[in-house]
Formats: sequence, structure tokens, C-alpha cells
Amino acid sequence: MKYAVIVFPGSNCDIDMYHAIEDVLGETVEYIWHETTSLDEYDAILLPGGFSYGDYLRSGAIARFAPIMKEVEKAAEIGKPILGVCNGFQVLLEAGLLPGAMKKNDQLQFICATETIIVENNQTIFTSEYTLGEEIAIPIAHGEGNYYCDPETLEQLKKNNQIVFRYKNNPNGSLEDIAGIINKQGNVLGMMPHPERAVSAILGSEDGKRLFQSILKHWREQRV
Amino acid sequence: MYREPTAEEIYTEKVYKELGLSDQEYQRVIQLIGRKPNYTEAGLFSVMWSEHCSYKTSKPVLKRFPTKGERVLQGPGEGAGIVDIGDQQAVVFKIESHNHPSAIEPYQGAATGVGGIIRDVFSMGARPIALLNSLRFGPLEDKRVKYLFKNVVAGIANYGNSMGIPTVGGEVVFEEAYQGNPLVNAMCVGLLEHHQIKKGLASGIGNPVMYVGSSTGRDGIHGATFASVELSEDSESKKSSVQVGDPFLEKLLLEATLELLELDIVEGIQDMGAAGLTSSSSEMASKAGNGIELDLSAVPRREANMTPYEIMLSESQERMLVVVKKGKEAEVKRVFDKWGLFSAVIGKVTDDGLYRIIDQGKIVAEVPVNALVDEAPVYQMPAKEPEYYRRFQQIENIEIPDLPDLNQVFIALLSSPNIASKEWVYRQYDHMVRTSTAVAPGSDAAVITIRGTKKALAMTTDGNGRYIYLDPKVGGAIAVAEAARNIVCSGAEPLAITDGINFGNPEKPEIFWQFEQAAAGISEACDILNTPVIGGNVSFYNENNGKAIYPTPIIGMVGLISDTNHITTQAFKEEDDVILLLGDTYDELMGSEFQKLVIEKVEGKPPKIDLEQEKKVQQATLTAIRNGLVQSAHDISEGGLAIALAESIISGKLGANINLTGELSKEAFLFSESQSRVLLTSRSKDVEKVKKITQEIGVSCQVIGKVSQNEFIVEYNGEITIKTDVEQMKKAWKEAIPCLMESC
Repeated sequence: MKYAVIVFPGSNCDIDMYHAIEDVLGETVEYIWHETTSLDEYDAILLPGGFSYGDYLRSGAIARFAPIMKEVEKAAEIGKPILGVCNGFQVLLEAGLLPGAMKKNDQLQFICATETIIVENNQTIFTSEYTLGEEIAIPIAHGEGNYYCDPETLEQLKKNNQIVFRYKNNPNGSLEDIAGIINKQGNVLGMMPHPERAVSAILGSEDGKRLFQSILKHWREQRV
Repeated sequence: MYREPTAEEIYTEKVYKELGLSDQEYQRVIQLIGRKPNYTEAGLFSVMWSEHCSYKTSKPVLKRFPTKGERVLQGPGEGAGIVDIGDQQAVVFKIESHNHPSAIEPYQGAATGVGGIIRDVFSMGARPIALLNSLRFGPLEDKRVKYLFKNVVAGIANYGNSMGIPTVGGEVVFEEAYQGNPLVNAMCVGLLEHHQIKKGLASGIGNPVMYVGSSTGRDGIHGATFASVELSEDSESKKSSVQVGDPFLEKLLLEATLELLELDIVEGIQDMGAAGLTSSSSEMASKAGNGIELDLSAVPRREANMTPYEIMLSESQERMLVVVKKGKEAEVKRVFDKWGLFSAVIGKVTDDGLYRIIDQGKIVAEVPVNALVDEAPVYQMPAKEPEYYRRFQQIENIEIPDLPDLNQVFIALLSSPNIASKEWVYRQYDHMVRTSTAVAPGSDAAVITIRGTKKALAMTTDGNGRYIYLDPKVGGAIAVAEAARNIVCSGAEPLAITDGINFGNPEKPEIFWQFEQAAAGISEACDILNTPVIGGNVSFYNENNGKAIYPTPIIGMVGLISDTNHITTQAFKEEDDVILLLGDTYDELMGSEFQKLVIEKVEGKPPKIDLEQEKKVQQATLTAIRNGLVQSAHDISEGGLAIALAESIISGKLGANINLTGELSKEAFLFSESQSRVLLTSRSKDVEKVKKITQEIGVSCQVIGKVSQNEFIVEYNGEITIKTDVEQMKKAWKEAIPCLMESC
């Protein structure tokens, strides 16, 4: 399986994402510069964390106009797995690939800590290796992770089982403790916690591994 | 329109004084260049001869530091020092202060301090892998202090977080002495392969000098000069001397620079830090023994009508100066275009030894390179033992008032801001990015793994201003010893140090004496502990309205862990593990947190230090760790044994039962800050083996109790002195700083 890690100017978790794929899955992974105009040869697209374009204006607001985003949209349409983590999630929201928006954390500070995340939906291509309601330890590191959407959208999210992860102890004021959501089609996942930072015991948690393994498993099953 | 003073006016109206040059220094300039300097030239000399750039008062003392060692690949004099860590890899690190800017504009002051030290590290060719910072403020009850603290932390956080470099350690101390003059010292650690080492050299006659990075504006003009005077009420007017940082641009500059260095077309590179274009270009020329010619018309700018003086003295951030092989200019441009940054040929390396500035076809400054860089005056300042020191040396002991409830004292100590949890600070720092942080903030030293190897690096900063104030020589030695002890407790062998020197006005003999003494203590400890000084920074004039800070050299130390299996933390690991105390406890409560809290004074003599014994304690600890006999290791420092135990308990989410008899008073037993002590825990089956090691090395090792659950009980000479629920302890320790900041 071939993964693309999108690199915007200011991305800084690109390296971590790259190594999560290479070290955990042993699959092929490449950095893709934001000016690239084709993602055809990749099977999954990963939008890493960081501060794309300095997060000026709003997090992800400028990155959504990068040339590569047209390709990301195209990949989303044809059903390729797309994972946006932290800043990557913010970009997906700004690009309209996922509903809702991010506000500043309610205490107006950046927070870096390992949080307990509850798996709310294990019937996705990203979470099949978890059990429903499982509590996993995944780090967060963001200043704008306070998820918000209007009541109708929230209703839809719930109805379609699109809330994939919730915080056990809400660290940032997110609506309904939301930590990660998926699109209706089930192939675009955005999450504030960093699964790529939880892939080895020496770093404190391995709970992020299975997210990447789920993607691979799904891809292999499709090919049988 | 504003007109620059002429050379004659500078002389007659003593304009040079406003620029920070003394009468003597101005005369020396005239002598060196054979005429009166024009305004631009006077500006060049004023910044290059400032203490910040020339070390004119500190040099005679600094040169006594041990700087050599078999692992040292680069000592002081470059952007950062470099130490070999085997396998053709090396670690690069340096600490730098940004005290004055942070006192005036805390957010930008601290942020640009971080930005500057990061550039120092990647200008050596290294990939920055970790940041640390050492902060000092006045008491946190004060409103202005809260403002400074909050914004300094936010500034550091924003810069480091945006860069994607984890901020993994450091310290924060609150003390009256820093009320008007906070200290903000930032340290950066980088990693490289030996062949990637780059230096700030303008070599190769005729080679182009290129400017890369962000554009030049009027920000930060005279920052280096501003750093070299005392703070006063007037300092607010110097706000324009504070630079403004943009971490996004620095992130691009980092990636572009490392990409450029891979091309092997760069002869030399240096950060435009303090004194900006002036210092980088003149130092690069000086180090290579060449001349340099710059044409300012080509310098990318963000403001109109900038004069040569302003361009040369601007401290706009996120800029680098690069000397490349002739004919390779286009390759540089290609890389920097990709990253959306400026690159421009602004001059060339010459063979005439002159520093020549051209603007719009005219020579606007022309002076010998070495006059500017190497001929700064060196002052041997007078030193005088201060009266307070003599008085303090007479004090033999502190009088302890009757304290019926030591449990209460213990809880009060835990919630004093100096000892309380600093989570409020470090949770604002991304300390996990780069996925290599094996030990996050909150243990003795932070540990960063090195991908693809079994190795890891331990890093810490230390410096107890109180001890150094009481006895600068002893305090200086303790700063190094404690840093090394922290490194050892994490399972590493100490490699080298970088020193962040923070003192008052060195023109005052008592201050200079403090500096000399502290440096002597640091040197001695570095010699004995085999940790040479590979670089650092001097910040003098840390005074507010005539009152100096505590003398505060900060020791930044890095150690090498040869096998990640040796990584050790302070946290207790398992119930029934045996708690061992290495080293001896004396009645040493002077200068302690206990003295400060209970007697509300800081006086007397600091704890003594026997460096040979210190070395043995460290050797014993490291041997035990490497033999797999240690579950947890923790240095005993501020707050003494009781606080060290509490920290291990809280971080391990366990309890402890301590039972001991002894000669000391219970206060001294619990809270003495005697040096060269380490708290270890081992599985009961390993205790004898640890004892054997300590015996062979010659270190005392005492079983003092066991790890338990939920409760912390200390019984001393048959009396229960501390008995507390772990949750209660944790609450006091954890909530102290958030409470002060959010006034709950």
C-alpha cells in the first residue's frame, strides 16, 4: 500500500506521520509537496499536523487553497482513505471535506498532554481494530481544537454515526467532547489527537498503531 | 527629514555616547581606523564592541573555563558547540539569554530568544531536536510578574510549537531578586553527522556572500547595545529594540537551510542574530582571515528609505548569511524560492582585510575587519568581596522556630511555586512532536531518543541563584554538579555544558567578584566531572533601578545514554520496591526552600560540595542503572529528601513508608539540601547488589523505606513526622501554580 504525507509550508508532524507508516506498517510512504498536482498513484492520503502557512488567518484557512487540495478532494470523492490529524483535521474542515469548525481552546492556551480517547465508532476503515467504547491513550497538542458545529450538523453527525472519537475528560471545550469525526461516506477522518505519536512503548503509548493497521487491513481486504 | 550626524558632530557632540561607546572606546576607534568614524561606522563599532558581541568584560574570566575534551568537536566561538556521540554522529547545543527584551515585551522577547538559539544550532548544519528553557521571575503573587510569566511562556510555546521542535525541559524559579528583571534563557539541542558540520567562515576570495531568509526592517536596532545596559524606568522607551519573531518564516528557513547544506556548495553560514548583518558578516570574515564587501542595495527590505546604519544594525529575525562557492548562486536561489524566502547576492569575500559597505554606488563604511571584531577593548574589571558575603560566612546555623506540625510545613513546601508542579507551563509546550521524547518534562532530565540507534540524549538546565548569591564559588560548582546528577539519574553519562551567565552590572566590583567566583566554581566542577564548556552566553546588567538579580549562571547539560534500556525516571515503579538513599545528609538548611518558607530569609552558607564525592555518587548511580538494578532514580535538591520522595511518589502514583533513626534534627533530616545525594529504588532482590556497588565506589547507601500505596509516612527516631494521603499531596503540588495564575 502506498501512502502520501502532504507537506504544506509549516507542516511539522509530517516526519512523525511518515515514520508511523514506515516503522509500524512497513509500507511505502512518500512526502508530497503542496504544489504537486497528482495523487493518483497513492492509496491513502495523510494530512499531518503543524502550522500550515503559519496558521495565519485561521488554522488551515490558507492551506485549503494549496494546489494539492484539489487532488485531495478528488481522492476523497473516489473513496480513498484520507486522514487529517490536528492541523490536517483543521484543513479538512476549512476545505469542507468535513463539517464544522475549530475554535480556540476554551482556556485560550495551547495544550500538549496525553488524553484518554473513547472509540465511539469501530465500524470505520480507520477503527476496525479497536473495540467499541475502548479507551485509548493518545496525545493531543493544539491551540485550536475546540470543535464546533451547528445543531443540525450535530444531529446529522449523530444520526450517521460520524462521531468516531470523544475525549473522556474534555480538554479544550469541544462540543459533545468530540475528538474526531468521519464524513458520511466513511473515508475521510479528521481527529485532533495524534495517533502517529502513540506508536511505540518508549514514547508512552502504542494505542495509535491500530488506527494505521485498520487502514491497511481494509485495503488488503478490498484486494482479496 | 532626519539627518545623520556627521563624523565631526559625533566627535564634538559626543554622539558616540548615545550609541554606547565610552570616550576611551571612541578614541580607540579613531586610533584603529586613523580618522573619525562616520555615523554608520560608529554604529558598527558600538554594536560589535558591546558586551553582548565582544565579551569585553567577561573574556578574561571566560577563558579560564575548561573547553577541551576528547569528545569536543567544536568549542566556544561558533554558533553552537559540538560534541561527538559516536557512530559519526554529534550533538550540537547552546543556551542563550533574552532577558532584557523579555522584561519589556515578554511575548516577543521570549519568542525571539527561542528563534535565535534555534538558528544558532541549525546554522551549524544540525537538525534541532529539542528545546529547553530556564526562567526566573519575581514572586508570582505580583500582577506584573503574572503578566510576564504568562506571556514569556506563551511566547516560548508559540515559537517552539510552530517550529515542530519539542520543548522538553527546563526550570522556573520565582524569587524577589528577579522582580524587575526576569531571566529568560533558551537552549536548543541539535543532531548531525560529522560530515555535516558547517561553520561561520567567509572563505574563498571572490565567493559571493548571500543573504537568505526574511526581509530586513527597522526592528531590533541596537538590541545588542540595549542588552548591555541596566534596566530602568526608561527601558519602556527601548521597546523598539525588541525584535519581532515569525516562527512560520523560521520553520521555512530551517528547512530551506538544511536543504541547501545538503548540496555541498556552502563555504560558511552564520545566523544574523544580535547585531544582525554587522556581526554575522564581520565575524565570518574575521574567522576566515579575509575581507568582505557588502552592497546594501541588494538587501531585501520590508521598509522604505532605510539608511545603511539601520540596515546594518537591524535585528530583524529569521535571516542567515551564507557564503557559497562561486557560480552556485542560482542553486541557492532555487532552494529558497521553493520555500518562498528571499535570497540575494549582497557582496563578496575580498582579500584586503577590510569591511566595506557600499550603498547606491558609494562607500558608506570602510574599516579593518579585525578592528571591528578582534580589537574590541578587553577590560580587567576590579573585583571586591561584598560585605554581605563576609557576614553570611559568619552564620553557623539557622534558628528553627518551634514547628509542632511538620506535615503542614511539608504541604506548604509542596505548594510553594518553586517546588510545585510546572505542568501549567509545560503543557503549553508541544513536548512530543518529532516522536522521540522518551522522558517528558517533569523528571530529572528529559530524554530524546535517536532514531535508528539504541542511543538517546538526556538534557537539563540547572542553576540555583540563591546558593550562588550566598557563595558564588560553591553555588557555581553545585550548579554543574546538580545538572550532572540529573543527567546521571536519567541513565546518561554527562558530556558537556553550555553556560548561560546572568549577572548584574560588572562595573560594580561586588558583582564582578560574584562572576569571577561563580566561574571558578563552574570551572572546577567541569574539570572534575569531565564536562567541558562548549559555548554559552553572557548577560550582564541584569539590574532594575540599581538592584542586581541573584548571580545566576544557568548550566545547560547534555548526556549520552548508550542504550535506551538504561533510560530511568524519578517515578516510583512498583509497590514493595526498596528505597535507598545514596550520599550523606548534613544539617544544611541555609539557603534552602525550608529557610525561605519558614524563616522568610535567605542568608548564611549554602550546602557544601565535595566534587570528588559527587563524582563517586554519580558513578555509583550510573553503574547501578547500567546493571539493570534501578527502578527509579531521583536527585535530591530543593526541598530536600521529603520533597524528592514526594516527587517520586506523585509521578509514580504510589506511596512510601520511610522509617529511620539518626543524629540530625527532624527538620534537617527532612528538608536539608545537602548535595551529592540520590534517591534510588530497587527490587528487593537487587538491593544487595546495589549496596555492593556503592561500597566498592565508596558511597554511603542506606535503606530508608519501601514503596507503598496511597500514603506517604515518614517515621524518624520513632516519631511520625509526615503522614499524608497521596491525593492530598498531589493536589497541593499540582494546583499551586494554576491557582496563583487563575486566582482561585
